Amino acid sequence: MIAEAGLAALWLAAALAALQLAMAALGLTRGQRALVAAVRPIAIVQGVLAAIAMAALIALFLGSDMSVKLVVENSHSAKPWLYKFAGAWGNHEGSMLLWVTILGLAGGAVAILERRLPERTLIATLAAQAGIALGFYAFLLFASNPFARISPAAGDGLGLNPLLQDPGLAFHPPTLYIGYVGISVAFSFAVGALITRDVGPVFAKAMRPWVLGAWIFLTLGITAGSYWAYYELGWGGWWFWDPVENASLMPWLAATALLHSVTVLATRDGLRAWTVMLAVVAFSMSMIGTFLVRSGILTSVHAFAVDPERGAFILLLLALYIGGALALFAARIGTVRAGTTFEFVSREGGLVINNLLLSVILGVVLIGTLYPLVAASFGVQLSVGPPFFNAAAGPIALALVVAMAVGPLLRWRRDEAGALLDRLIWPIAAAGFTGAGLIALAPPGVMPLLGLSLAAGLAVASVLPLIGRNPWRTPLFTWGMVVAHLGIAVSLAGMACDSAYTAETLIAARVGQPVRVGPYVVRLDGIKPVVGENWSALEARLSATRDGERIVLRPQSRFFSDPVTTTSESAIATEWDGQLYTVLGQPDGQGRWQLRLWWKPFVTLIWFGGALIALGGALSLVGRWRRERRAAAREAYA
Amino acid sequence: MRRWLLWLPFAVFAAIVVVVASGLFAPADRAVRSALIGKPLPDFALPPIVAGKPGLSTADFRRGKPRLLNVFASWCIPCAAESPQLLRLEAMGVPVDAIAIRDTAPALRDFLARYGDPYERIGADAQSAVQLALGSSGVPESFVIDGKGRIVLQHIGDIRAEDVDAIAAAVRSAR
Repeated sequence: MIAEAGLAALWLAAALAALQLAMAALGLTRGQRALVAAVRPIAIVQGVLAAIAMAALIALFLGSDMSVKLVVENSHSAKPWLYKFAGAWGNHEGSMLLWVTILGLAGGAVAILERRLPERTLIATLAAQAGIALGFYAFLLFASNPFARISPAAGDGLGLNPLLQDPGLAFHPPTLYIGYVGISVAFSFAVGALITRDVGPVFAKAMRPWVLGAWIFLTLGITAGSYWAYYELGWGGWWFWDPVENASLMPWLAATALLHSVTVLATRDGLRAWTVMLAVVAFSMSMIGTFLVRSGILTSVHAFAVDPERGAFILLLLALYIGGALALFAARIGTVRAGTTFEFVSREGGLVINNLLLSVILGVVLIGTLYPLVAASFGVQLSVGPPFFNAAAGPIALALVVAMAVGPLLRWRRDEAGALLDRLIWPIAAAGFTGAGLIALAPPGVMPLLGLSLAAGLAVASVLPLIGRNPWRTPLFTWGMVVAHLGIAVSLAGMACDSAYTAETLIAARVGQPVRVGPYVVRLDGIKPVVGENWSALEARLSATRDGERIVLRPQSRFFSDPVTTTSESAIATEWDGQLYTVLGQPDGQGRWQLRLWWKPFVTLIWFGGALIALGGALSLVGRWRRERRAAAREAYA
Repeated sequence: MRRWLLWLPFAVFAAIVVVVASGLFAPADRAVRSALIGKPLPDFALPPIVAGKPGLSTADFRRGKPRLLNVFASWCIPCAAESPQLLRLEAMGVPVDAIAIRDTAPALRDFLARYGDPYERIGADAQSAVQLALGSSGVPESFVIDGKGRIVLQHIGDIRAEDVDAIAAAVRSAR
């Protein structure tokens, strides 16, 4: 029953999306009030129906209904409830349903909350949103039905990939999806504004909170995903330039650029065409991200060919949405009046540099990610790895850090180069001092040295906008910018420390044998078997001593029976100045055990910085919201 | 800004779609392509294993005539199934040599007596060292080597009756 109810809700939601699109289109072209008035309520109900379908799927997973194909293939009755819950979106069909659910709810939220936009633009925006949703509904209903039954029902399920059995990962996809879908709303705003030729500060102010919200979730998702890969995969790295990782990074880069250009449009009415273009690009990246990863085309070209029907559907949607938006952009943007101009040395100029650098990094990541795909179509099998990305994106990212330090110290419209240099004295001093100190004390490589020096300079430059201001009277969004930029400095410092000062020891150790890694002496005390809810494991007891203090770590090698898989559960000790990271490997048959030990100084700064960046975004969002509410209150009393 | 420039993003995107679509609808090619094709045979010199038949070295393949190199073992059942095809190739005038993997002289003598002997030379690869250097993962496997000692074809698995003509043709065209 639940499955049928879910499917029915999905069909109804799809029908409403079609209705929403048709009514908005008719209402806009014929100017009929009644049709226009119906669009908002329909958008809200459509979102609710999609949510009901998603709730039905979650209920099927929680109840382990083994007559539903998706549950059989991705769950197991012995699984802990949290992973049954997360299993609902830990697969292709479920994740697509989650996507469309968030999309529908976001459309409903726009219909309820959006009061700034002129009505015509809002209706065009909701039409665009319905158009996107319609494609996803069609994809679910015709190519990826999550509610398909099997007969006879299976005895039990096949399980969920044990790598995904981790609380962090259970909530990782929803976080990223909220980010992706938030960007789809920004895209719909851009399409709406292009349709009604209404690209201006009002449109930018309406779009900004959506971009900001999406960007916060993307930041959190990427940060959490990076930490998950770091502790769950057991290889001690925090970023691998994997296509799946790039798929989340690319929309983030585009959204970051959009976030800055939309501010120029909202505040100074500049960069009109560029902002609209970025909204289209950001959404294209999140579409490419979700779809190409979900369809398996990027990780394995063959998996794509296995199911050409689904692949063709995906490609058709991509072509329609992105191609359509780019064509609309090309046809319409020429008729949008150019915005205000500005001098090169100005806050706007700084933001243009920021946008260009971000776009170049985005281009590098996109080319590196798509290149294997394009090469495969010419019969060449290859993969592009970290050496390319690090070499190509690293220097540009460092240049971006310089721009980020300078930008906020610039004045709007026009500034003096000399005065700017005066303001930059402290950041430059901090960078120089740090660099000199490092060379004298513990010389790292060139890139880590640059990274650490620039991080110090950026940290100082970030807080300068607060100097000489009353902290309580400083607007919250200024605080947001300061915190977010500081977060980048903190993350950068963590990355540079990790790449310059990590100590690694790989050893086959006997019980009782001491092993040195960084400031620690680690001793293997013993190995014993342990049993968990749906796994068994060999667990090592390691005692690590440093300056007379002793800590105990218990890394495991875990075996899952459904499906048969082995995972390495690393054990990590976090200290104020870094992490001791331990992994238990295989026995060598002569009483020795492989141990992989890392001392990673200040590596935690990477994710702490990520959290700061997201916090900065949140402060900005709250700050903008409060200012608008106050402005609205003033208008009401005036 | 020039108007046509505005269509540039659309054009780039359209090109990507075309490339991906062509990859999508092209028939998937799953054949394992050997990285060794076109490469010279790795250097080796293997001792003889059966009395009266010389061993095998890379130099034997550089005498200007293409040859068939068969990697096999007497303990391998598909190798026995393959032997009639090798005898047919020999009868068609294809010179055939062999590398015997982890084999013993008595077992190999029995095998040749039972299934026939198409080989001019047999080298003994007791530790599979040459097999690994050839990038061969199992027995049987066959290579067509041109007169200059370069690999022109790798056949993984046993040679079936329907493969004989293609292999003979590859030897004929490999001058």
